[in-house]
Amino acid sequence: MAFGSMLCGVAGEQYVPERADPPPFFLDLNLDQVVDAITLAKEEYDLRPILYHQLSDVHTIHYRQAVMRDLENPCLLEHVRAFAEGMIVVRRYLQLVDKLRFAHHQHGWFLEAVLAYCENVVSLVEALRRTDLRSRGFREFREYLGGYAEGSYFRSLAEEATRLKAALSSIRYTIGIKGFHVSVGKYNDEPDYSAEVEQTFAKFRQGAVKDYRSNLRAASGMNHVEAQILDCVAKLYPDIFSGLSSFDEYYRGRFVDGAIRTFDREIQFYVAYLEFIAPIKQAGLEFCYPEITTRKNIHSHQGFDIALAHKLVAENSTVVCNDFYLEGGERVLVISGPNQGGKTTFARAFGQLHYLATIGYPVPGSKARLFLHDRILTHFEREENIRNLRGKLQDDLVRIHRALEQSTPNSILIMNEIFSSTTLQDAILLGKNVMSRIQELDCFCVWVTFVDELASMSKTVSMVSTVNPENPVLRTYKILRRPADGLAYALSIADRHHVTYEQILERVKP
Amino acid sequence: MKVFLMYRDQDFDAARELPPTADALTQDLEMNTLLRAMAAEDQFLYTIVEKALLSSLHNPNAIRYRQEILRDCLENEDVIRKLYQLTIETGQQQKRGWLGIFSSYPSGILNSAVQMLDLFVTQLRQLRALADEHASRFQSEGLKRFFAMLAQELDDDYFALLDAHLKTLRFRNGVLLSACLGQGNEGTNILLHRPRGDRWLWLRQLLAGATTSSGFSVHPRDEHGARALSDLRDRGLNLVANAAAQSADHIKSFFQTLRIELAFYVGCLNLREQLVRLGGPIAFPVPAACGERKHTFTGLYDVCLALTVGGRVVGSDMNADAKELILITGANQGGKSTFLRSIGLAQLMMQCGLFVPAESFSASCCNGLFTHFRREEDSSMESGKLDEELGRTSEIVSLVTKDSLVLFNESFAATNEKEGAEIASQIVSALLERGIKVFFVTHMYGFARSFYDQDRQNALFLRAERQADGTRTYRMIEGTPLQTSYGPDLYERVFGTRIQH
Repeated sequence: MAFGSMLCGVAGEQYVPERADPPPFFLDLNLDQVVDAITLAKEEYDLRPILYHQLSDVHTIHYRQAVMRDLENPCLLEHVRAFAEGMIVVRRYLQLVDKLRFAHHQHGWFLEAVLAYCENVVSLVEALRRTDLRSRGFREFREYLGGYAEGSYFRSLAEEATRLKAALSSIRYTIGIKGFHVSVGKYNDEPDYSAEVEQTFAKFRQGAVKDYRSNLRAASGMNHVEAQILDCVAKLYPDIFSGLSSFDEYYRGRFVDGAIRTFDREIQFYVAYLEFIAPIKQAGLEFCYPEITTRKNIHSHQGFDIALAHKLVAENSTVVCNDFYLEGGERVLVISGPNQGGKTTFARAFGQLHYLATIGYPVPGSKARLFLHDRILTHFEREENIRNLRGKLQDDLVRIHRALEQSTPNSILIMNEIFSSTTLQDAILLGKNVMSRIQELDCFCVWVTFVDELASMSKTVSMVSTVNPENPVLRTYKILRRPADGLAYALSIADRHHVTYEQILERVKP
Repeated sequence: MKVFLMYRDQDFDAARELPPTADALTQDLEMNTLLRAMAAEDQFLYTIVEKALLSSLHNPNAIRYRQEILRDCLENEDVIRKLYQLTIETGQQQKRGWLGIFSSYPSGILNSAVQMLDLFVTQLRQLRALADEHASRFQSEGLKRFFAMLAQELDDDYFALLDAHLKTLRFRNGVLLSACLGQGNEGTNILLHRPRGDRWLWLRQLLAGATTSSGFSVHPRDEHGARALSDLRDRGLNLVANAAAQSADHIKSFFQTLRIELAFYVGCLNLREQLVRLGGPIAFPVPAACGERKHTFTGLYDVCLALTVGGRVVGSDMNADAKELILITGANQGGKSTFLRSIGLAQLMMQCGLFVPAESFSASCCNGLFTHFRREEDSSMESGKLDEELGRTSEIVSLVTKDSLVLFNESFAATNEKEGAEIASQIVSALLERGIKVFFVTHMYGFARSFYDQDRQNALFLRAERQADGTRTYRMIEGTPLQTSYGPDLYERVFGTRIQH
């Protein structure tokens, strides 16, 4: 039986969906940072092409969501991680074998590679057998792997390797050194002198002291003296060593299964994301599997900017969540309000949520229904162009025009502070014109702007960033659907320090 | 061999970090004065007594263990100071001889370790001699055990065995190792052996070409080979070098631990000397368990104040057994802060095993001591000050546990009295509800009165005594909170005129 892919299971789609370069909007949405963080320490799996490829069919998205849900079982995740580590070890040993000079030494490391591989396969079979799997991807892989491990090829590989290792491990030999002379013999119960010394001084033991054992063996390796000693040992035990050499000759270069190798890479697409979001979840933020819709009726609860959250959680800072919804004829979220109030962050989060959803990942938030879009187009202010104002306005218009040309009713547009380089009147005029183009297109759009007039046009919804009414210096980073209603939250200073009566009772356990 | 002079069953950890409350305690209780008196110019003593005072014991038994040893020390000051001197000398000799383990190769490590062990064996012999001479003079469990241990562990046979090993460890006749085949058939788990029977049989077998062994020689001009061989020898010596070096470290740290633990008692001796000179009484406190509510004393004075003025200061009496809230109101400059500091200092002194500056003193241990003193020299705005005070309160709340003791001094007065009283009431009520004992010095009449009116059995109300003519005695007496703090008195004394109402 053959196995396809953990990334797509739809019949007829037997290619692996990948894309070489990041989509153009990655930088604006800070998704480049997200991908960097996800793939950090995972470079050997070459995951970027998978992360750059947006899916266009709901079935594949569901296929991936199902695999991810299975993997959210911490036991399974732990097993998969252990498997990945095991495969890294196998690869490292095989690379080592190629570099070694002495035959007995090479055979020895080859045997280690095979042992690590067999142990790894067996544990994964065992782990998958004990795990309740729901996804088609995992179920089919389990079936395949079970068959492979039961097969005669794998079984004889494992048995031979184990037998050889046991024989080698039973050997202990002595080495005498005096001057330039070395002698090698079978060990004959000579007493351990280090232990005697240790015992004599044991009464002075005062707790932890420095470990003076030198790390004399930094990397694996063998010099010609050690190789000569090993030759002497081989002469003392000739049968064991000739068995080892034929084993190497027979299996070298062909014992790792192709489907298992593919699984090893593809599953990291999921593991990497779970590892990336784990600290964010630990900080109390939620993730959810979005419902993917083709109708223009979307919402998100408690969503947040995942790139910012990644940074803030590392600094132990608080992340502010926001909600949005667009229903009926609503298409455009117009975000206005005080600066530094989280408007750009909100816009980014909107785009990120949609992108992450279409590669099959769970998204920030407690609940979400997101639109199956064909592309995301972004227009963020470019700081480097500020020097030349006329040039900047022209550049703005050129880019917006290009974006609108590429847009379809199923695209998502995200625009951030455009026309900031012109007069207010111009900005209103240009803005209204661009807005009517968007209204005609009927696509979803998030528009961060200082032009309040845009918020009252049809199909638009106004949202504003808010500040603490008592102390306007404090930002709440909340983006609300209505203008601030002046609803003050009168925090007493004590409350802010968490030392009111109730707060202390809460904080100090009885 | 364990020193165990600070605890019955563990070493005093001088490297342990000070508790998070350390800075506040040191500042609020003005502890530096006490620490300086104990250290008598010795920086090492200073750090140790600081650690000891700030790392309280919580168990009366553990406290009594130190108290007993301290009594022994007060009786035999000469022997204790002599022992302390020996520990200092050992450290100095090691430094003077540049002895230490700096090599990173087993043969080098082994060499240095053997030299250090030579020195330590000499010092251990001296320690044994001191023990032989004075052991009989000591009564406390801790010191009796310590001297008995020296006599038993360091007997003459043992010194002979040490000498023999120090000789063998030079390996003049080559080494015999054994190894297993590890990963990749690399030699691993290398052990050093004492050859059996005929010590160098293996060498003769090699020369005779016996079948149970085989061998080879490295060509004398093969430099790589020679290095490989000495690496292998090093791997064989690795464990024994480690054992010898660690033993040297252990003995070194035995002397260090002894120095650290004696330092505490030497600090106590220094303090006694000073207080005796000032004529201040000292008493061994009677500690009670954490959960009990005992707090009774006579003649308790602020030891730092006494050391600063260089003479006797007024002591206070209090009976606050079964009380959990002690609210202190009354005259300005009536000694309320001094009283509160003396409470805090006595608690720390008792809980580290020290005597206390009082005629008699008995109190339950607290799980943690916290101080919240109004920081006076604060130039920031009043609102910023309340903010700062509440910030510190929050830090306390995050650390405080049941059976802790919190001392508030003029806290939350940085706002109008009504708000301050409300904040203070909430905080104190919640702390009391969680089984935390609170001392609160305050001017806020409304706050004090509200607790008085609750008629709590567990509350005690003290006032700084003021006689009819307005003079202050600096004593605390029991009494209902009074509406005025006698600020006018102070005004009149300072201005020399009557205040106009």
